[in-house]
Amino acid sequence: MKISLFIPCFVDQFYPGAGIGMVKVLEKLGHEVDYPESQTCCGQPAFNSGLWGEARDVADTMLDAFRDAEVVVGVSGSCGAMMRVFYPELYHGRPREAEAKALAAKTHEFSSFLVNVLKVGDIGAEFPAKATFHDGCHGLRELGIKREPRELLKHVRGLELIEMKEAETCCGFGGTFAVKFPEISTAMGEVKCASILETGADLVISNDSSCLMQIQGLLDRQGRPIRSMHLAEVLAHSLS
Amino acid sequence: MSTVEARQFHRDAERLTHDLRHRGLIQKALGGYYVKRDEQKSRYTNWQAARAAAAAAKFEAVNHLDKYLVELTDKLAARGTKIFWAADGAEAADYISGVAKAADVRRIIKSKTMTGEEIHLGPALEKAGYEVVESDLGEFIVQLREEPPYHIVFPSMHLTRDEISDVFEKKLGTAPADTPEELTMIARGVMRKKYCEADMGISGANFAVAETGHISITENEGNARLSTTLPKILVTIVGIEKVVPKLDDLAVLLPMLATAGAGQNMTCYNTLLGGPRQPGETDGPEEYHVVLLDNRRTTLLADPEQRDALHCIRCGACLNVCPIFKNVGGHSYGTTYQGPIGSVITPHLRGLQNWKHLSFASSLCGACTEACPVKIDLHHHLLQNRRNATVQKTAWWEKPVFGGFAWFMRRPALYRFAAPLLRLADPFIHAIRGKPFDPARLWTGTRDLPRAPKQSFKEYWNARR
Amino acid sequence: MPADSREKILRRIREALQTPAPARHLHGAAASASESHPPQDWLPPVPADLAGRIAIFEKNSADLKTVVHRCADPAPVLAEIAAAEGWKSVATHDFAAGRSAVAALGLPTLRTDQPYDKLDLEKCDAGISGCECLVAQTGGILVTSPTAGGRALSVLPPHHIVIASESQIVADLAEAFAHVRQSHGTIPAFLSFITGPSRTGDIERILVLGAHGPKKLTVILTP
Repeated sequence: MKISLFIPCFVDQFYPGAGIGMVKVLEKLGHEVDYPESQTCCGQPAFNSGLWGEARDVADTMLDAFRDAEVVVGVSGSCGAMMRVFYPELYHGRPREAEAKALAAKTHEFSSFLVNVLKVGDIGAEFPAKATFHDGCHGLRELGIKREPRELLKHVRGLELIEMKEAETCCGFGGTFAVKFPEISTAMGEVKCASILETGADLVISNDSSCLMQIQGLLDRQGRPIRSMHLAEVLAHSLS
Repeated sequence: MSTVEARQFHRDAERLTHDLRHRGLIQKALGGYYVKRDEQKSRYTNWQAARAAAAAAKFEAVNHLDKYLVELTDKLAARGTKIFWAADGAEAADYISGVAKAADVRRIIKSKTMTGEEIHLGPALEKAGYEVVESDLGEFIVQLREEPPYHIVFPSMHLTRDEISDVFEKKLGTAPADTPEELTMIARGVMRKKYCEADMGISGANFAVAETGHISITENEGNARLSTTLPKILVTIVGIEKVVPKLDDLAVLLPMLATAGAGQNMTCYNTLLGGPRQPGETDGPEEYHVVLLDNRRTTLLADPEQRDALHCIRCGACLNVCPIFKNVGGHSYGTTYQGPIGSVITPHLRGLQNWKHLSFASSLCGACTEACPVKIDLHHHLLQNRRNATVQKTAWWEKPVFGGFAWFMRRPALYRFAAPLLRLADPFIHAIRGKPFDPARLWTGTRDLPRAPKQSFKEYWNARR
Repeated sequence: MPADSREKILRRIREALQTPAPARHLHGAAASASESHPPQDWLPPVPADLAGRIAIFEKNSADLKTVVHRCADPAPVLAEIAAAEGWKSVATHDFAAGRSAVAALGLPTLRTDQPYDKLDLEKCDAGISGCECLVAQTGGILVTSPTAGGRALSVLPPHHIVIASESQIVADLAEAFAHVRQSHGTIPAFLSFITGPSRTGDIERILVLGAHGPKKLTVILTP
């Protein structure tokens, strides 16, 4: 299968490791990976700010970039949800509605693609660590992803997964919310970090780098020696 | 330009997010709720199907509201209930005052009604010279403290026993008490006299059954039963959206309200009132008035995209799971209805521009939508409110900022060229992080920023090729 | 009294409903779910046989802190409770299942199915009533005016005693409604599902029994 990668702008700039991990894993599984280079951003910042016209302007770029893709796999649950769930709404009654729906239908989040489409659980990864998993809200509730990352992590040799209390509670990132209401966002993040610390884990894993930016940002500020990694990086770690 | 309401929200939210005592209190209170709710939910053969059925009953009612309201009022009137249709709060309060005046009422006992809170009914009647006592324990406590309810279902959940003991001591002259039990018994003692003395009872309604003409009232304490039984005049105030088509709809809605709202199998008392004292009855009110309130519910009804917000059964489940609510607390909202449902409907009930900030104060995590027993698409409605607000009016900086963002992101070649330049600023940004002149201080004030990597993904991909 | 806004509100509603709501707000299957499945398919399950229903009623009652006594004759049980709590007066109404047991107490008795003063009822130590039916699924008791001595007897005295027979147990609320329709030919003007003694959690979310209504609820269940 030829897989087109969807690497959102902030992953491209801040967390390339997550994207690289995804490339390694998919290639290890014998798939051809393509990266349409004209992709930039999914438009979520404008969409969430209520400026749907500007969001469509950006989203048009993505419709163009992935027009010929067979299947699109995204590294972020949140940006994946933007394309899969919100594009049809964004383009409702607009000229490119059919294209938006087509893109939505062929877009998948990484862990869900591995488990539900490729039917893979064990990719032969090894990563010795005591870890806890944070569910990104968009992946969890818009895309219904909960079991998939755990299914993958279960097979990682040396990795002990400890569930945190209220794992499904938001980390407080929320895109522009994090800077529009920094005090609320920070309080939510503190609650999340307390749950993480309680597990005694030395590693936080998520399928969304944006949540990890919030969580790691707070942990670093608090001086906590806990690392965070995207699921794809963990899975790719022992693959050459 | 931010509104008075938005400034108040920011100020109160900021204060409470730093209040770790408040955070701990709410976490503890809701921790018990989660356990009980999950226990009760697990008893259902199929909770998701139950949600679908509950939503379908409300959908049917709300989308044929005229038909069911006419049926409801005809049936109620047939048993001697007087019906009053109030377009707004003033009409409702005037009517109720008029009823009280005509019957020479002096003392009024109220059971919990959020619709009454919405139109400030208690204060209006007090101003008209009546003694008005809130009989629900939580409502009684916040009434003594002269503050609004903190939560639509748990009005006093922000208070400790010590604070409650203090206000009892100050306002009732009772001795200090150490346990919730002692405090509850103090209120019980005060209130039992009030029930017997009151000439008028006022209640809210959880549902109104069109098919049989009954008002359905859900409560745990028995205060609503006493307030609706003992005084000779009874008034129920009910929002027009509370109607359900059939009596059997309650067979699903009553258990679900209890489970979603308080983690109960069934709330202690679910009472159906179809009229005043009937021939052959020895007690119950001699006069029964039902006041149907619009108060801009029809404005929300006219928005088909968000019409399902009128499905709300006021169970409070969305508040209980909302991480925003848990951190800013109920009072910060400044609304009658707090939490996600309040953020969705207040702009419709009280004006979009003054209340849009509540729709922006959300991480859109969707926990509310998942918890809602009648499947209101809450967090998506927050997005729609944001869109509607910006279509109506954008802030001076929004168009240039997001227009610029869109302009940049539409140019992949420019992005490829310029994005790496932003990374050059990395050492500088880290040097000034959190300082007053740091342009990113809204982030860096409390959080570190990730260090820029040596290579972006695009650069990795190019190098690989 | 001022003229009300009936026509204005109905007109606004009809105008608002001109545009139909998109069905996607129901997230798919909802509309058909209620039509094609009875509530039994999603609510907590209730056994079909009487013994099973009694068992689940007893279990739910225990969870709610309702005390259930199963006995052939209610009189000695009632007398024992009266003695233990030192009752000085009781309130009741005339109902077959409780008539002789109440009379056997030999206490001053207020009848609420005849004209009475609410202040007298407030002074009684217990309210003893019948009921419409018992609901297995919730552990609840359905009272109506004719079956429970009016609207106040089951809520004003501090101890509410219900005397009922096993044959009065129904599965769920829907069956309770059907039972009421059948026995009265209509739905009376007052019904109340009583599910446990009065309670509150308004102070620190800690459960306290006897907020305003009865502190104790006892069901005496005869074969």
